[in-house]
Amino acid sequence: MFDFDFKIVTEWLHALLTGVMPEWAAILTESILVALAIITLYAVFAIVLIYMERKVCAAFQCRLGPMRVGPWGTLQVFGDVFKMLTKEIINLRKTDMFLHNLAPFLVVTASMTTFACLPWNKGAQIIDFNVGIFFFLAISSLGVVGILLAGWSSNNKYSLIGAMRSGAQIISYELSIGMTMLTMICLTGTMSFSEICAQQAAEGWNIFRGHIPAVIAFVIYLIAGNAECNRGPFDLPECESELTAGYHTEYSGMHFGYYYLAEYLNLFICAGMASTIFLGGWAPLVIPGLEGFNEVMACIPGAVWFVGKTFFVVFLLMWLRWTFPRLRIDQILSLEWKYLVPLSMINLVLMALVIAYGLHF
Amino acid sequence: MDNEKLTTESVKPAAPTAAATPRPVAPKPAAPAAPAVPAENLCELQVVAPEALHAEMKRLHDEEQMDFLECLTGMDWEADGLGVIYHLESTVTGKRVCLKTVTTDRENPLLPSVTDLWDVANIYEREVFDFYGIKFTGHPDMRRVFMREDWVGYPFRKDDETEKNNPLRMDNEPLADDTEVLTLQADGTVKSNRREIFEDGDYVVNIGPQHPSTHGVLHFRVALEGERIKKIDPVLGYIHRGIEKMNESLTYPQTLALTDRLDYLGAMQSRHALCMCIEKAMGVEVSDRVKVIRTIMDELQRIDSHILFFSCLCQDLGATTAFLYGFRDREKILDIFEETCGGRLILNYNTIGGVMADLHPNFQKRVKEFIPYMRRNIKEYYDIFVGNVIFHNRAKGVGVLTKEQAISFGCTGGTGRASGWHNDVRKRMPYAAYDKVQFNEVVRTEGDSYARLLVRLDEIMESLSIIEQLIDNIPEGSFQEKMKPIIKVPAGTYYTAVEGSRGEFGVLLESKGDKSPYRLHYRSTGLPLVAVMDTVCSGNMLADLITIGGTVDYIVPDVDR
Repeated sequence: MFDFDFKIVTEWLHALLTGVMPEWAAILTESILVALAIITLYAVFAIVLIYMERKVCAAFQCRLGPMRVGPWGTLQVFGDVFKMLTKEIINLRKTDMFLHNLAPFLVVTASMTTFACLPWNKGAQIIDFNVGIFFFLAISSLGVVGILLAGWSSNNKYSLIGAMRSGAQIISYELSIGMTMLTMICLTGTMSFSEICAQQAAEGWNIFRGHIPAVIAFVIYLIAGNAECNRGPFDLPECESELTAGYHTEYSGMHFGYYYLAEYLNLFICAGMASTIFLGGWAPLVIPGLEGFNEVMACIPGAVWFVGKTFFVVFLLMWLRWTFPRLRIDQILSLEWKYLVPLSMINLVLMALVIAYGLHF
Repeated sequence: MDNEKLTTESVKPAAPTAAATPRPVAPKPAAPAAPAVPAENLCELQVVAPEALHAEMKRLHDEEQMDFLECLTGMDWEADGLGVIYHLESTVTGKRVCLKTVTTDRENPLLPSVTDLWDVANIYEREVFDFYGIKFTGHPDMRRVFMREDWVGYPFRKDDETEKNNPLRMDNEPLADDTEVLTLQADGTVKSNRREIFEDGDYVVNIGPQHPSTHGVLHFRVALEGERIKKIDPVLGYIHRGIEKMNESLTYPQTLALTDRLDYLGAMQSRHALCMCIEKAMGVEVSDRVKVIRTIMDELQRIDSHILFFSCLCQDLGATTAFLYGFRDREKILDIFEETCGGRLILNYNTIGGVMADLHPNFQKRVKEFIPYMRRNIKEYYDIFVGNVIFHNRAKGVGVLTKEQAISFGCTGGTGRASGWHNDVRKRMPYAAYDKVQFNEVVRTEGDSYARLLVRLDEIMESLSIIEQLIDNIPEGSFQEKMKPIIKVPAGTYYTAVEGSRGEFGVLLESKGDKSPYRLHYRSTGLPLVAVMDTVCSGNMLADLITIGGTVDYIVPDVDR
């Protein structure tokens, strides 16, 4: 059985560093290493996701997607990233320069911090404490400030309308996200990501344990999560047909690149959360009774499980995006306030009943 | 596809034409070079004095139910004065009438406005003012429409020194904030008032001229109340090329090239209209083969246009996949065009007296492959987009255009038919081979964006059926009549219309017997559709502007000309 605990690595590293330097310097060095690791992973996943999005959308649209740069177009995204990096950041007259330059960093900071919450493997969490889910929700709300600032400071009517829509949409859908997470916390009894994952490894995935209410919560989470990421069919804030590019109309170069990056990583984070909370995180698929199958599944490392599940959810969300037309702003808000919020409240009660009567697995 | 809701109509006989001579029932072989009988598209113009014009128009509108102002054309007859030609039609009786009014005052020409009778007259009279300087008393918005606000002179006048008065300007075009309203007072004097276009405190957003979903270089100034649209002011003319003025110095074969540049998704039909107008005016009868080829080409073009309409609507509403489904199928038509015409967008196919080249040997085979292919693929459109509940929410009940509004604004084509108006030129005044084929005029009654889409999709099926009936029965014969090297049209005023991809495309030709037209005016299919946007969008949300603009379906080069 492949039950690798990543703690062995971190503890070994800590011991190694404290052997040559004082405690505080060791922790500082570790923090820097971790930060570098996050940033690298962040960039790598962004590139993978952008390539995946292009290929997936091309497949849906009877096209091939990027094919020219590198074999199967694999180097296309690298080319695009370098292009983005070398582009000039244009400063516009009559914009609020300070806020205009600050806004993309807020968005990307919020996105990176939430990225650090993901449990990659047993013992491989970066930010992990007993109110993990609470922290995640709080930090992910920070991104909307960046979007509103971008809209306001651009001094452009399109941007402003886009930002206002985005603000209304994201704040509304956070309610559903919070509610579905609360439903699952009822089931797990803990808000710590590592404990949630460990519990699922021991007792089975939450989506199976919580059966009906968990499946409902999963579906609501996917819809709301999609809206949180500002992706189709909820891509109103930046919907190009009315508002050209919404809140990031006036951004260029890497400032625009940050929004682009954050959009894709938020997609990954949203899917990562879904796989952590509903699909067992790094826990392998275990089917009671099929011992041989379970043995094989357990041989696959936890990180592979986590990334695999996450990309599966990402694929689901891309499928949605490339199938549906866009909603109108009032329809988006009425979907949330009239349907999803009441439904998730009822679902919360249902989950409470299921747990009170011990009807879960 | 729910066929129950579909209001269809069987083949209707040609509407009686009062002003023109009755159409010959069977095509006469070998028309004479100089016809003894007047050409069938010759307009018999009733001359009305400006003082009596409004009363006469009101009588025609109220008593003779002339509720459709088909065409309004400004004219400059030099010494005979400036004037306007009106084409009226009754949607009830099918009767048609042409009127003409003239003013000899070149310094300050004034004519009464008919905006109160027909809504579309608003933009038409603005066009006449822009080009000829004729001011209309009683018009609520007497402002230029295509030329810059600071343009000097009136370019369509025969004595205008356009280039001398208007050097290349290096500054941006100013946009007018107010407009002139002329009212005729009881004592016969004219009073001029200024009127603000937008109220103080209106939140005005510019949609265009560079915007992904205006389908060309179109500019709307939109006053918003929150997300709701209060008023739309279209600013036209960003790609005005003065095609009508250019025509006056080109020979007839040369004018043909410009028609493809009007509605680029109706290139076949526009050019067909002009060729047919010239042929009828000259009394040339084209062979049956040419008629059938032109009909098939027109219908292929219509399918092409309607697929692009569907695709662009999907793109505007964020359904990018459906957009590419449309493009995948449109490509097949373009390939068929390419083989025979050499072009894909600008086709240059019709000529005076025939077509440029005979059909490619592969043509029939390709078209016969295409018909079942398209019938199969159109089901995918319903699966991925038309049946989607999000699209239903976006389109049903959005931008409702009533039948009365559609007629008053002259919104022909699918937009009018979605509102219940039977306006298909192929049925009203059959031309080419349309009287030989069976097809339904697709009409719905809802008048909303959803109906406008369904009308187009059903028209694709009807067009396929028309092509299917003709493709195996293309008669043998010459594809080009023998024409004189220099083509001259007998003096007179002629009007011919065809059913373009998005409505009635008309050609008004005034000839003095020279080798160039004296005046060649196109009844744009798109101009009434842009004019109706303010009415149809008011009260809807900004996002609906995109849905409505997409389904109303205008093409900007055709609007601006």
